Amino acid sequence: MSSVKKLASKMLEEKEFFAPGHRACGGCGEVIGLRLAFKEIGGNAIVVNATGCSEIIASQYPYTSWNIPWIHALFENTAAVASGIEAGLKIMEKKGISHSKGAKVVAVAGDGATSDIGLQALSGALERGHDFVYICLDNEAYMNTGIQRSSATPYGATTTTSPVGGKQKIGQVTWKKDMPSIAVAHNIPYVATACPSYPVDLVAKIKKAIEVKGPAYIHMFTACPTGWGCPSNMAVKLGRLAVQTGVFPLYEVENGAYTVNVKPAKLKPVAEYLKIQKRFRHLGDEEIKYIEQRLAEEYQKLLEKSEASAS
Amino acid sequence: MTKAENEITWKEINIGATVHEPGNASQYKTGDWRSNVPVVDFSKCIKCALCYIFCPEGCITKNDDGFFEIDMYYCKGCGICAEECPTDSIIMKEEKE
Repeated sequence: MSSVKKLASKMLEEKEFFAPGHRACGGCGEVIGLRLAFKEIGGNAIVVNATGCSEIIASQYPYTSWNIPWIHALFENTAAVASGIEAGLKIMEKKGISHSKGAKVVAVAGDGATSDIGLQALSGALERGHDFVYICLDNEAYMNTGIQRSSATPYGATTTTSPVGGKQKIGQVTWKKDMPSIAVAHNIPYVATACPSYPVDLVAKIKKAIEVKGPAYIHMFTACPTGWGCPSNMAVKLGRLAVQTGVFPLYEVENGAYTVNVKPAKLKPVAEYLKIQKRFRHLGDEEIKYIEQRLAEEYQKLLEKSEASAS
Repeated sequence: MTKAENEITWKEINIGATVHEPGNASQYKTGDWRSNVPVVDFSKCIKCALCYIFCPEGCITKNDDGFFEIDMYYCKGCGICAEECPTDSIIMKEEKE
């Protein structure tokens, strides 16, 4: 309990590393996650930001919301730029010309930049073992360019490039790509899923990620009221429902050992989560049943993995 | 004071379009995006800080008495604070000029 208090005290610190005045839509879940994460990471960090919502809302020239050094990378090379900076910092420290001792390198990218376009660079950086934290802000589509589908878009969701109409009855036809598992497959020391609706859990995971030596990957589930078609006050509630229905289970993988952090005794019916979003409005009972079944199966698999690691 | 993007000329742009003033976005007013305004009733407030934690703008600050106040210069009126408030001390009202 005392550790919760300790974590919360940092969360309540007044210093903001992500300044207000950014141009995110009202009720953006991504910014809640960024604010909390950087309260924990602190000022001695260099941010590498891929193209995406998090970049355009914070860096409309001549303004910036970042109170710490920030560099804009492209969709495809965020992890490569981060590894370059990390290698540069290391050699500067070795030569004794470092201005920023112990600076952490944090890469921030959206779901498209992580699971579609930047996957190759990310895979390379994780494989080379650079000491950096990669935060994927997953809002389940390319929201910044106008809600196009990405491989992280969930089954059944309608987007502008997976629309519903005519013969197409379900929207997105493929299942969401399991990006955390891809990161786990690189045998990196720390992988975690997080959600700003569970702030203490999120902050604890960020803390572990920055303390660990070597690459750490955080997959953050952030609601997007604009793209998902829900009222602007729902971002936190949706995140909570996603965890409780099994849409996005919260777990961490430390050196291959799984731990499920939030274990609902019984998963809530997924309809509770789907019905409040416009992007799932067209789904019939049959599809909802299919989604619920598959989510339950995947959740069971996850629990088995965590039990196997515990024994 | 940073000039707005429509006032700045090409002669004033830094090489590489770098920004040298950290966090200068806080000069930009986002409060006029709002159509609903949160109204706080401090007599019901239990100082749990959930509104502070969940505010996407980061525009809620603690005052000297320990209550949380909302900076209307930035508040976009999304209503997350009112939704998450456990004692319903924040309610959203339509904003009138």
